[in-house]
Amino acid sequence: MELLLPAVLNGLTTGAIYAVVALGLTLIYGVLHIVNFAHGSLLMLALYAVYFLHAATGIDPYAALPILAVGFFALGYVIQRLVVQPVSHGKDQNILMATLGIAIVIDNGALALWSSNTRTIDLPYAFDVVEVLGAFIPLPKAIGFFAALGIAGVLWIAIQRTDLGRAIRAVAKERQGARLVGIRVEHIYAMCFGLGTACVAAAACLLLPTFYVTPQVGYAFVLVAFTTVVLGGMGSFPGALVGGLLLGVVEAVAGLYLGESLGQIGIFVIFILVLLFRPTGLFGAKAA
Amino acid sequence: MVLPNDWRVPMAEALLTVEDVEAGYGPVTVLRGVSMQVAAGEVVAVLGSNGVGKSTLNNTLSGIVPARAGRVRFDGADITGRDPAAIVAAGLIQVPEGRRVFPNLTVRDNLLLGAYRRGGRTRRQTLERVVETFPRLQERFSQLAGTLSGGEQQMLAIGRGLMADPKLLILDEPSLGLSPLLVEEMFQLIDRIAAAGLAVVIVEQNVVQSLTLAARGYVLEQGVFAMAGAAGDLLADPRLRATYLGL
Repeated sequence: MELLLPAVLNGLTTGAIYAVVALGLTLIYGVLHIVNFAHGSLLMLALYAVYFLHAATGIDPYAALPILAVGFFALGYVIQRLVVQPVSHGKDQNILMATLGIAIVIDNGALALWSSNTRTIDLPYAFDVVEVLGAFIPLPKAIGFFAALGIAGVLWIAIQRTDLGRAIRAVAKERQGARLVGIRVEHIYAMCFGLGTACVAAAACLLLPTFYVTPQVGYAFVLVAFTTVVLGGMGSFPGALVGGLLLGVVEAVAGLYLGESLGQIGIFVIFILVLLFRPTGLFGAKAA
Repeated sequence: MVLPNDWRVPMAEALLTVEDVEAGYGPVTVLRGVSMQVAAGEVVAVLGSNGVGKSTLNNTLSGIVPARAGRVRFDGADITGRDPAAIVAAGLIQVPEGRRVFPNLTVRDNLLLGAYRRGGRTRRQTLERVVETFPRLQERFSQLAGTLSGGEQQMLAIGRGLMADPKLLILDEPSLGLSPLLVEEMFQLIDRIAAAGLAVVIVEQNVVQSLTLAARGYVLEQGVFAMAGAAGDLLADPRLRATYLGL
Protein backbone atom coordinates (compact mmCIF):
# COMPACT_ATOMS: atom_id res chain seq x y z
CA MET A 1 0.00 0.00 0.00
CA GLU A 2 2.84 2.42 0.80
CA LEU A 3 4.16 1.74 -2.70
CA LEU A 4 0.85 2.53 -4.36
CA LEU A 5 0.75 6.25 -3.50
CA PRO A 6 4.21 7.04 -4.92
CA ALA A 7 3.31 5.01 -8.02
CA VAL A 8 0.09 6.98 -8.51
CA LEU A 9 1.85 10.31 -7.98
CA ASN A 10 4.63 9.31 -10.34
CA GLY A 11 2.03 8.19 -12.85
CA LEU A 12 0.31 11.55 -12.63
CA THR A 13 3.56 13.38 -13.41
CA THR A 14 4.18 11.21 -16.47
CA GLY A 15 0.52 11.39 -17.41
CA ALA A 16 0.54 15.18 -17.44
CA ILE A 17 3.24 15.10 -20.11
CA TYR A 18 1.33 12.43 -22.06
CA ALA A 19 -1.59 14.84 -21.87
CA VAL A 20 0.39 17.70 -23.43
CA VAL A 21 1.53 15.47 -26.31
CA ALA A 22 -2.04 14.20 -26.72
CA LEU A 23 -3.46 17.75 -26.65
CA GLY A 24 -1.31 18.58 -29.66
CA LEU A 25 -2.51 15.47 -31.46
CA THR A 26 -6.18 16.00 -30.60
CA LEU A 27 -6.03 19.68 -31.62
CA ILE A 28 -4.78 18.71 -35.07
CA TYR A 29 -7.25 15.83 -35.30
CA GLY A 30 -10.18 17.96 -34.19
CA VAL A 31 -9.71 20.46 -36.99
CA LEU A 32 -7.97 18.61 -39.83
CA HIS A 33 -9.73 15.30 -39.05
CA ILE A 34 -6.52 13.33 -39.56
CA VAL A 35 -4.07 11.63 -37.23
CA ASN A 36 -0.74 13.40 -37.54
CA PHE A 37 1.74 10.57 -38.03
CA ALA A 38 4.64 13.01 -37.76
CA HIS A 39 3.68 13.91 -34.18
CA GLY A 40 6.13 11.45 -32.54
CA SER A 41 8.92 12.39 -34.91
CA LEU A 42 8.41 16.07 -34.14
CA LEU A 43 8.59 15.22 -30.43
CA MET A 44 11.88 13.44 -31.06
CA LEU A 45 13.13 16.44 -33.03
CA ALA A 46 12.14 18.73 -30.17
CA LEU A 47 13.99 16.52 -27.66
CA TYR A 48 17.12 16.82 -29.81
CA ALA A 49 16.59 20.56 -30.00
CA VAL A 50 16.46 20.73 -26.19
CA TYR A 51 19.54 18.51 -25.98
CA PHE A 52 21.66 20.45 -28.47
CA LEU A 53 20.53 23.82 -27.17
CA HIS A 54 21.63 22.72 -23.70
CA ALA A 55 24.92 21.33 -25.00
CA ALA A 56 25.72 24.48 -26.98
CA THR A 57 24.58 27.23 -24.63
CA GLY A 58 23.99 25.48 -21.31
CA ILE A 59 20.43 26.85 -21.30
CA ASP A 60 18.13 25.08 -18.87
CA PRO A 61 15.39 22.99 -20.57
CA TYR A 62 12.68 24.85 -18.66
CA ALA A 63 14.08 28.22 -19.71
CA ALA A 64 14.24 26.94 -23.30
CA LEU A 65 10.51 26.12 -23.30
CA PRO A 66 9.20 29.48 -24.58
CA ILE A 67 11.90 29.66 -27.26
CA LEU A 68 11.32 26.12 -28.50
CA ALA A 69 7.54 26.42 -28.31
CA VAL A 70 7.64 29.48 -30.58
CA GLY A 71 10.22 27.89 -32.89
CA PHE A 72 8.26 24.65 -33.23
CA PHE A 73 5.01 26.54 -33.67
CA ALA A 74 6.60 28.21 -36.69
CA LEU A 75 7.94 24.87 -37.90
CA GLY A 76 4.48 23.27 -37.65
CA TYR A 77 2.84 26.20 -39.42
CA VAL A 78 5.34 26.01 -42.26
CA ILE A 79 5.08 22.21 -42.56
CA GLN A 80 1.30 22.42 -42.94
CA ARG A 81 1.34 25.41 -45.29
CA LEU A 82 4.27 24.40 -47.52
CA VAL A 83 4.22 20.59 -47.42
CA VAL A 84 1.04 18.96 -46.15
CA GLN A 85 -1.42 21.32 -47.82
CA PRO A 86 0.15 21.53 -51.29
CA VAL A 87 0.55 17.75 -51.58
CA SER A 88 -2.84 16.81 -50.13
CA HIS A 89 -5.14 18.67 -52.58
CA GLY A 90 -7.76 18.74 -49.83
CA LYS A 91 -8.08 14.95 -49.54
CA ASP A 92 -7.83 13.53 -46.03
CA GLN A 93 -6.03 10.34 -47.00
CA ASN A 94 -3.36 12.41 -48.75
CA ILE A 95 -2.82 14.47 -45.60
CA LEU A 96 -2.34 11.20 -43.73
CA MET A 97 0.27 10.01 -46.22
CA ALA A 98 2.00 13.40 -46.20
CA THR A 99 2.43 13.33 -42.41
CA LEU A 100 3.68 9.74 -42.62
CA GLY A 101 6.22 10.81 -45.25
CA ILE A 102 7.38 13.69 -43.05
CA ALA A 103 7.80 11.25 -40.15
CA ILE A 104 10.00 8.95 -42.25
CA VAL A 105 12.16 11.86 -43.42
CA ILE A 106 12.62 13.24 -39.89
CA ASP A 107 13.31 9.81 -38.33
CA ASN A 108 15.91 8.78 -40.87
CA GLY A 109 17.42 12.23 -40.99
CA ALA A 110 17.91 12.06 -37.22
CA LEU A 111 19.43 8.59 -37.50
CA ALA A 112 21.85 9.74 -40.21
CA LEU A 113 22.86 12.92 -38.42
CA TRP A 114 22.95 11.88 -34.79
CA SER A 115 23.19 8.02 -34.83
CA SER A 116 20.99 5.88 -32.63
CA ASN A 117 23.00 6.53 -29.46
CA THR A 118 20.98 7.33 -26.37
CA ARG A 119 21.66 10.83 -25.08
CA THR A 120 20.77 12.43 -21.76
CA ILE A 121 21.57 15.76 -20.16
CA ASP A 122 22.99 16.30 -16.67
CA LEU A 123 21.29 18.89 -14.56
CA PRO A 124 22.36 19.84 -11.04
CA TYR A 125 18.84 19.39 -9.70
CA ALA A 126 18.05 16.12 -11.53
CA PHE A 127 18.18 14.06 -8.33
CA ASP A 128 16.46 16.53 -6.00
CA VAL A 129 13.19 15.28 -4.58
CA VAL A 130 10.12 16.88 -3.10
CA GLU A 131 7.92 15.26 -0.48
CA VAL A 132 4.24 14.99 -1.36
CA LEU A 133 1.89 13.30 1.15
CA GLY A 134 4.81 11.33 2.53
CA ALA A 135 5.98 10.16 -0.90
CA PHE A 136 9.15 11.40 -2.60
CA ILE A 137 8.82 12.73 -6.13
CA PRO A 138 11.81 13.79 -8.26
CA LEU A 139 11.82 17.60 -8.49
CA PRO A 140 11.92 17.68 -12.35
CA LYS A 141 8.83 15.48 -12.45
CA ALA A 142 6.96 17.73 -10.05
CA ILE A 143 7.93 20.78 -12.12
CA GLY A 144 6.87 18.93 -15.29
CA PHE A 145 3.49 18.10 -13.77
CA PHE A 146 2.57 21.65 -12.84
CA ALA A 147 4.03 23.12 -16.01
CA ALA A 148 2.04 20.63 -18.09
CA LEU A 149 -1.19 21.53 -16.29
CA GLY A 150 -0.35 25.20 -16.79
CA ILE A 151 0.17 24.66 -20.52
CA ALA A 152 -3.11 22.79 -20.79
CA GLY A 153 -4.84 25.62 -18.92
CA VAL A 154 -3.41 28.34 -21.17
CA LEU A 155 -4.34 26.36 -24.26
CA TRP A 156 -7.88 25.80 -22.94
CA ILE A 157 -8.39 29.50 -22.31
CA ALA A 158 -6.98 30.33 -25.74
CA ILE A 159 -9.40 27.89 -27.40
CA GLN A 160 -12.42 29.07 -25.38
CA ARG A 161 -11.91 32.81 -25.11
CA THR A 162 -9.95 34.17 -28.08
CA ASP A 163 -11.01 34.86 -31.65
CA LEU A 164 -8.42 32.35 -32.85
CA GLY A 165 -9.89 29.71 -30.53
CA ARG A 166 -13.44 30.41 -31.73
CA ALA A 167 -12.24 30.24 -35.32
CA ILE A 168 -10.51 26.91 -34.63
CA ARG A 169 -13.68 25.45 -33.12
CA ALA A 170 -15.76 26.87 -35.97
CA VAL A 171 -13.53 25.38 -38.67
CA ALA A 172 -13.57 22.02 -36.87
CA LYS A 173 -17.31 21.62 -37.45
CA GLU A 174 -18.44 23.98 -40.20
CA ARG A 175 -15.84 24.92 -42.81
CA GLN A 176 -18.26 26.53 -45.26
CA GLY A 177 -19.80 28.68 -42.54
CA ALA A 178 -16.31 29.62 -41.39
CA ARG A 179 -15.33 30.79 -44.88
CA LEU A 180 -18.49 32.89 -45.06
CA VAL A 181 -17.65 34.84 -41.90
CA GLY A 182 -14.23 35.58 -43.40
CA ILE A 183 -12.10 32.95 -41.64
CA ARG A 184 -9.18 31.84 -43.83
CA VAL A 185 -9.58 28.11 -43.30
CA GLU A 186 -6.09 27.21 -44.59
CA HIS A 187 -4.57 29.65 -42.11
CA ILE A 188 -6.51 28.03 -39.26
CA TYR A 189 -5.34 24.56 -40.35
CA ALA A 190 -1.75 25.77 -40.24
CA MET A 191 -2.29 27.49 -36.88
CA CYS A 192 -3.56 24.20 -35.46
CA PHE A 193 -0.63 22.30 -36.86
CA GLY A 194 1.64 24.95 -35.37
CA LEU A 195 -0.04 24.80 -31.96
CA GLY A 196 0.07 21.00 -31.99
CA THR A 197 3.77 21.10 -32.78
CA ALA A 198 4.35 23.71 -30.05
CA CYS A 199 2.71 21.29 -27.58
CA VAL A 200 5.24 18.67 -28.56
CA ALA A 201 8.12 21.13 -28.06
CA ALA A 202 6.79 22.05 -24.61
CA ALA A 203 6.48 18.36 -23.71
CA ALA A 204 10.08 17.80 -24.84
CA CYS A 205 11.36 20.57 -22.53
CA LEU A 206 9.51 19.06 -19.57
CA LEU A 207 10.58 15.54 -20.46
CA LEU A 208 14.31 15.69 -21.11
CA PRO A 209 15.46 16.48 -17.54
CA THR A 210 14.30 12.97 -16.52
CA PHE A 211 14.37 11.22 -19.87
CA TYR A 212 16.62 10.44 -22.83
CA VAL A 213 16.56 10.97 -26.55
CA THR A 214 17.17 8.60 -29.47
CA PRO A 215 15.80 8.77 -33.02
CA GLN A 216 13.16 6.18 -32.04
CA VAL A 217 11.96 7.83 -28.85
CA GLY A 218 8.89 9.41 -30.44
CA TYR A 219 7.09 6.13 -31.09
CA ALA A 220 6.54 5.23 -27.45
CA PHE A 221 4.93 8.60 -26.86
CA VAL A 222 2.87 8.84 -29.98
CA LEU A 223 1.31 5.42 -29.31
CA VAL A 224 0.38 6.53 -25.81
CA ALA A 225 -0.81 9.87 -27.15
CA PHE A 226 -2.97 8.12 -29.73
CA THR A 227 -4.43 5.87 -27.02
CA THR A 228 -5.06 8.97 -24.91
CA VAL A 229 -6.92 10.66 -27.75
CA VAL A 230 -9.07 7.56 -28.34
CA LEU A 231 -9.68 7.13 -24.60
CA GLY A 232 -10.65 10.77 -24.13
CA GLY A 233 -12.70 11.00 -27.34
CA MET A 234 -11.22 12.02 -30.69
CA GLY A 235 -10.79 15.78 -30.81
CA SER A 236 -11.90 16.33 -27.21
CA PHE A 237 -9.74 18.72 -25.21
CA PRO A 238 -10.77 17.68 -21.65
CA GLY A 239 -10.63 14.08 -22.89
CA ALA A 240 -6.97 14.41 -23.79
CA LEU A 241 -6.12 15.92 -20.41
CA VAL A 242 -8.04 13.40 -18.30
CA GLY A 243 -7.02 10.53 -20.60
CA GLY A 244 -3.33 11.45 -20.35
CA LEU A 245 -3.37 11.62 -16.56
CA LEU A 246 -5.33 8.37 -16.34
CA LEU A 247 -2.96 6.48 -18.63
CA GLY A 248 0.05 7.77 -16.72
CA VAL A 249 -1.42 6.34 -13.53
CA VAL A 250 -2.46 3.08 -15.19
CA GLU A 251 1.03 2.62 -16.58
CA ALA A 252 2.69 3.32 -13.22
CA VAL A 253 0.36 1.04 -11.25
CA ALA A 254 0.61 -1.75 -13.82
CA GLY A 255 4.38 -1.35 -13.69
CA LEU A 256 4.26 -1.65 -9.91
CA TYR A 257 2.42 -5.00 -9.97
CA LEU A 258 3.70 -6.52 -13.23
CA GLY A 259 7.23 -5.15 -13.25
CA GLU A 260 8.52 -1.88 -14.68
CA SER A 261 8.97 -3.05 -18.28
CA LEU A 262 5.39 -4.37 -18.50
CA GLY A 263 3.79 -1.12 -17.34
CA GLN A 264 2.60 -0.19 -20.82
CA ILE A 265 0.51 -3.37 -20.96
CA GLY A 266 -1.99 -1.56 -18.75
CA ILE A 267 -2.28 1.24 -21.32
CA PHE A 268 -3.08 -1.11 -24.17
CA VAL A 269 -5.51 -3.18 -22.11
CA ILE A 270 -7.37 0.10 -21.48
CA PHE A 271 -7.14 0.92 -25.19
CA ILE A 272 -8.79 -2.38 -26.14
CA LEU A 273 -11.45 -2.03 -23.44
CA VAL A 274 -12.34 1.48 -24.62
CA LEU A 275 -12.62 0.32 -28.23
CA LEU A 276 -14.84 -2.57 -27.14
CA PHE A 277 -17.19 -0.79 -24.75
CA ARG A 278 -17.01 2.94 -25.41
CA PRO A 279 -15.57 3.56 -28.87
CA THR A 280 -16.48 7.26 -28.73
CA GLY A 281 -14.21 7.70 -25.70
CA LEU A 282 -14.87 9.17 -22.26
CA PHE A 283 -15.74 12.62 -23.58
CA GLY A 284 -16.77 11.43 -27.02
CA ALA A 285 -20.34 12.67 -26.81
CA LYS A 286 -19.09 16.23 -26.31
CA ALA A 287 -16.57 15.93 -29.10
CA ALA A 288 -19.07 14.61 -31.62
CA MET B 1 -43.83 43.42 -70.68
CA VAL B 2 -40.58 42.49 -68.92
CA LEU B 3 -37.47 42.46 -71.05
CA PRO B 4 -34.86 39.79 -70.37
CA ASN B 5 -32.06 42.35 -70.70
CA ASP B 6 -33.51 44.86 -68.30
CA TRP B 7 -30.96 44.18 -65.58
CA ARG B 8 -29.35 47.58 -65.07
CA VAL B 9 -30.26 49.75 -62.13
CA PRO B 10 -31.72 53.01 -63.41
CA MET B 11 -29.22 54.96 -61.34
CA ALA B 12 -25.65 56.08 -61.79
CA GLU B 13 -23.71 54.14 -59.17
CA ALA B 14 -24.72 50.63 -58.20
CA LEU B 15 -23.43 48.96 -55.02
CA LEU B 16 -23.06 45.62 -56.76
CA THR B 17 -22.59 45.08 -60.48
CA VAL B 18 -22.34 41.57 -61.87
CA GLU B 19 -21.39 41.42 -65.54
CA ASP B 20 -21.54 38.31 -67.77
CA VAL B 21 -20.39 36.00 -64.96
CA GLU B 22 -19.83 32.35 -65.77
CA ALA B 23 -19.07 29.73 -63.13
CA GLY B 24 -19.32 26.00 -62.53
CA TYR B 25 -17.75 22.89 -61.11
CA GLY B 26 -15.30 20.72 -63.07
CA PRO B 27 -16.69 20.10 -66.55
CA VAL B 28 -20.12 21.48 -65.63
CA THR B 29 -20.95 25.11 -66.33
CA VAL B 30 -23.75 26.28 -64.05
CA LEU B 31 -23.86 30.04 -64.59
CA ARG B 32 -23.81 30.90 -68.28
CA GLY B 33 -23.39 34.66 -68.38
CA VAL B 34 -25.27 36.31 -65.53
CA SER B 35 -25.59 40.08 -65.18
CA MET B 36 -27.31 42.01 -62.41
CA GLN B 37 -27.10 45.16 -60.33
CA VAL B 38 -28.06 46.13 -56.81
CA ALA B 39 -28.19 49.71 -55.59
CA ALA B 40 -27.28 50.79 -52.07
CA GLY B 41 -30.20 50.19 -49.71
CA GLU B 42 -32.18 48.29 -52.34
CA VAL B 43 -33.99 44.99 -51.80
CA VAL B 44 -33.64 42.64 -54.77
CA ALA B 45 -35.09 39.16 -55.20
CA VAL B 46 -33.34 36.42 -57.17
CA LEU B 47 -35.88 33.73 -57.95
CA GLY B 48 -35.71 30.31 -59.45
CA SER B 49 -36.46 26.69 -58.72
CA ASN B 50 -34.03 24.06 -57.44
CA GLY B 51 -30.83 23.53 -59.38
CA VAL B 52 -30.90 26.55 -61.67
CA GLY B 53 -27.72 27.97 -60.12
CA LYS B 54 -28.94 30.24 -57.30
CA SER B 55 -26.46 28.99 -54.73
CA THR B 56 -23.67 28.91 -57.31
CA LEU B 57 -24.37 32.58 -57.97
CA ASN B 58 -24.15 33.37 -54.24
CA ASN B 59 -20.96 31.38 -53.82
CA THR B 60 -19.41 33.08 -56.83
CA LEU B 61 -20.23 36.48 -55.36
CA SER B 62 -18.75 35.34 -52.01
CA GLY B 63 -15.55 34.13 -53.69
CA ILE B 64 -16.06 30.47 -52.77
CA VAL B 65 -16.66 29.38 -56.36
CA PRO B 66 -14.29 31.16 -58.78
CA ALA B 67 -15.83 33.04 -61.70
CA ARG B 68 -14.62 31.63 -65.02
CA ALA B 69 -15.57 34.72 -66.94
CA GLY B 70 -17.11 38.11 -66.28
CA ARG B 71 -16.61 40.73 -63.59
CA VAL B 72 -18.02 41.47 -60.16
CA ARG B 73 -17.76 45.05 -58.89
CA PHE B 74 -18.72 45.85 -55.32
CA ASP B 75 -18.68 49.21 -53.55
CA GLY B 76 -16.45 50.80 -56.16
CA ALA B 77 -13.87 48.00 -56.35
CA ASP B 78 -13.39 44.98 -58.60
CA ILE B 79 -13.76 41.94 -56.34
CA THR B 80 -13.56 39.29 -59.07
CA GLY B 81 -11.18 36.53 -57.95
CA ARG B 82 -10.75 37.85 -54.41
CA ASP B 83 -10.81 35.28 -51.61
CA PRO B 84 -13.90 34.94 -49.34
CA ALA B 85 -12.19 36.66 -46.40
CA ALA B 86 -11.41 39.77 -48.47
CA ILE B 87 -14.99 39.87 -49.79
CA VAL B 88 -16.37 39.61 -46.24
CA ALA B 89 -14.03 42.44 -45.23
CA ALA B 90 -15.39 44.52 -48.12
CA GLY B 91 -18.90 44.16 -46.65
CA LEU B 92 -20.56 41.61 -48.93
CA ILE B 93 -21.99 39.00 -46.59
CA GLN B 94 -23.82 35.83 -47.53
CA VAL B 95 -26.16 34.04 -45.13
CA PRO B 96 -25.99 30.61 -46.71
CA GLU B 97 -28.66 28.06 -47.44
CA GLY B 98 -28.89 25.58 -44.58
CA ARG B 99 -27.74 28.33 -42.16
CA ARG B 100 -24.26 26.90 -41.60
CA VAL B 101 -24.13 28.11 -38.00
CA PHE B 102 -21.38 26.65 -35.81
CA PRO B 103 -23.26 23.91 -33.91
CA ASN B 104 -20.52 23.36 -31.32
CA LEU B 105 -20.29 27.05 -30.38
CA THR B 106 -22.61 29.08 -28.18
CA VAL B 107 -24.98 31.60 -29.73
CA ARG B 108 -22.74 34.35 -28.37
CA ASP B 109 -19.58 32.88 -29.92
CA ASN B 110 -21.40 32.40 -33.24
CA LEU B 111 -22.34 36.08 -33.23
CA LEU B 112 -18.84 37.18 -32.21
CA LEU B 113 -17.36 35.20 -35.10
CA GLY B 114 -19.64 37.12 -37.44
CA ALA B 115 -17.40 40.12 -36.71
CA TYR B 116 -14.21 38.06 -37.22
CA ARG B 117 -12.85 40.31 -39.98
CA ARG B 118 -13.64 43.52 -38.13
CA GLY B 119 -11.76 42.97 -34.91
CA GLY B 120 -12.94 44.07 -31.48
CA ARG B 121 -13.39 47.82 -31.85
CA THR B 122 -17.10 48.30 -32.40
CA ARG B 123 -18.06 44.67 -31.88
CA ARG B 124 -19.81 45.19 -28.55
CA GLN B 125 -22.17 47.87 -29.90
CA THR B 126 -22.97 45.76 -32.96
CA LEU B 127 -23.69 42.79 -30.72
CA GLU B 128 -26.15 44.86 -28.69
CA ARG B 129 -27.87 46.06 -31.85
CA VAL B 130 -28.17 42.55 -33.29
CA VAL B 131 -29.55 41.20 -30.03
CA GLU B 132 -32.12 44.01 -30.06
CA THR B 133 -33.22 42.87 -33.51
CA PHE B 134 -33.38 39.23 -32.39
CA PRO B 135 -34.45 39.17 -28.71
CA ARG B 136 -34.93 35.41 -28.98
CA LEU B 137 -31.16 35.01 -29.41
CA GLN B 138 -30.57 36.84 -26.14
CA GLU B 139 -32.54 34.16 -24.29
CA ARG B 140 -30.36 31.48 -25.89
CA PHE B 141 -27.10 33.37 -25.50
CA SER B 142 -24.98 30.67 -23.84
CA GLN B 143 -26.74 27.73 -25.48
CA LEU B 144 -24.94 25.75 -28.20
CA ALA B 145 -26.19 26.74 -31.65
CA GLY B 146 -26.71 23.08 -32.56
CA THR B 147 -29.47 22.84 -29.95
CA LEU B 148 -31.56 25.67 -31.45
CA SER B 149 -34.69 25.13 -33.53
CA GLY B 150 -34.56 25.68 -37.29
CA GLY B 151 -36.12 29.12 -37.05
CA GLU B 152 -33.76 30.19 -34.27
CA GLN B 153 -30.79 28.93 -36.26
CA GLN B 154 -31.94 30.99 -39.23
CA MET B 155 -32.16 34.07 -37.01
CA LEU B 156 -28.71 33.30 -35.65
CA ALA B 157 -27.32 32.96 -39.18
CA ILE B 158 -28.78 36.35 -40.14
CA GLY B 159 -27.61 37.87 -36.86
CA ARG B 160 -24.12 36.51 -37.48
CA GLY B 161 -24.21 38.09 -40.93
CA LEU B 162 -25.26 41.44 -39.45
CA MET B 163 -22.34 41.28 -37.01
CA ALA B 164 -20.02 41.82 -39.97
CA ASP B 165 -21.64 45.26 -40.46
CA PRO B 166 -22.46 44.45 -44.09
CA LYS B 167 -23.17 46.84 -46.92
CA LEU B 168 -24.97 44.06 -48.77
CA LEU B 169 -26.59 41.01 -47.22
CA ILE B 170 -27.32 38.01 -49.45
CA LEU B 171 -29.91 35.69 -47.93
CA ASP B 172 -29.95 32.24 -49.51
CA GLU B 173 -33.35 30.57 -49.00
CA PRO B 174 -34.06 32.10 -45.58
CA SER B 175 -37.52 30.50 -45.51
CA LEU B 176 -36.34 26.96 -46.33
CA GLY B 177 -37.59 24.35 -43.90
CA LEU B 178 -39.57 26.78 -41.74
CA SER B 179 -43.23 26.50 -40.81
CA PRO B 180 -45.60 28.91 -42.64
CA LEU B 181 -45.94 31.00 -39.48
CA LEU B 182 -42.17 31.28 -39.12
CA VAL B 183 -41.78 32.09 -42.81
CA GLU B 184 -44.09 35.03 -42.26
CA GLU B 185 -42.04 36.13 -39.25
CA MET B 186 -38.80 35.73 -41.16
CA PHE B 187 -39.96 37.96 -44.02
CA GLN B 188 -41.10 40.60 -41.53
CA LEU B 189 -37.65 40.51 -39.97
CA ILE B 190 -35.95 40.89 -43.34
CA ASP B 191 -38.26 43.81 -44.09
CA ARG B 192 -37.17 45.47 -40.83
CA ILE B 193 -33.48 44.94 -41.59
CA ALA B 194 -33.93 46.37 -45.08
CA ALA B 195 -35.92 49.32 -43.74
CA ALA B 196 -32.82 50.30 -41.75
CA GLY B 197 -31.13 51.04 -45.08
CA LEU B 198 -29.21 47.82 -45.70
CA ALA B 199 -29.10 46.45 -49.25
CA VAL B 200 -30.52 42.93 -49.30
CA VAL B 201 -30.57 40.25 -51.99
CA ILE B 202 -33.14 37.54 -51.21
CA VAL B 203 -32.50 34.35 -53.11
CA GLU B 204 -35.68 32.33 -52.89
CA GLN B 205 -38.06 29.79 -54.33
CA ASN B 206 -40.81 31.59 -52.44
CA VAL B 207 -41.84 33.89 -55.31
CA VAL B 208 -44.80 35.85 -53.96
CA GLN B 209 -43.37 36.76 -50.57
CA SER B 210 -39.97 37.66 -52.01
CA LEU B 211 -41.43 39.93 -54.66
CA THR B 212 -43.72 41.58 -52.13
CA LEU B 213 -40.65 42.55 -50.14
CA ALA B 214 -38.30 43.40 -53.01
CA ALA B 215 -38.29 46.41 -55.28
CA ARG B 216 -36.93 44.44 -58.21
CA GLY B 217 -36.44 40.84 -59.13
CA TYR B 218 -34.41 38.55 -61.38
CA VAL B 219 -35.60 35.12 -62.46
CA LEU B 220 -32.84 32.55 -62.93
CA GLU B 221 -33.46 29.68 -65.33
CA GLN B 222 -30.81 27.21 -66.50
CA GLY B 223 -27.94 29.47 -65.48
CA VAL B 224 -29.16 32.68 -67.11
CA PHE B 225 -31.63 35.36 -66.09
CA ALA B 226 -34.77 34.66 -68.06
CA MET B 227 -36.63 37.68 -66.68
CA ALA B 228 -35.77 40.84 -64.81
CA GLY B 229 -37.65 43.92 -63.77
CA ALA B 230 -39.67 45.73 -61.14
CA ALA B 231 -41.26 43.42 -58.59
CA GLY B 232 -44.80 44.52 -59.44
CA ASP B 233 -44.28 43.90 -63.17
CA LEU B 234 -42.83 40.45 -62.50
CA LEU B 235 -45.73 39.52 -60.24
CA ALA B 236 -48.14 40.53 -62.98
CA ASP B 237 -46.19 38.77 -65.73
CA PRO B 238 -48.28 35.92 -67.20
CA ARG B 239 -45.26 33.73 -67.93
CA LEU B 240 -43.95 33.99 -64.36
CA ARG B 241 -47.43 33.37 -62.97
CA ALA B 242 -47.80 30.29 -65.14
CA THR B 243 -44.37 28.85 -64.41
CA TYR B 244 -43.95 29.61 -60.73
CA LEU B 245 -47.40 30.09 -59.34
CA GLY B 246 -49.39 27.69 -61.51
CA LEU B 247 -51.93 30.41 -62.31
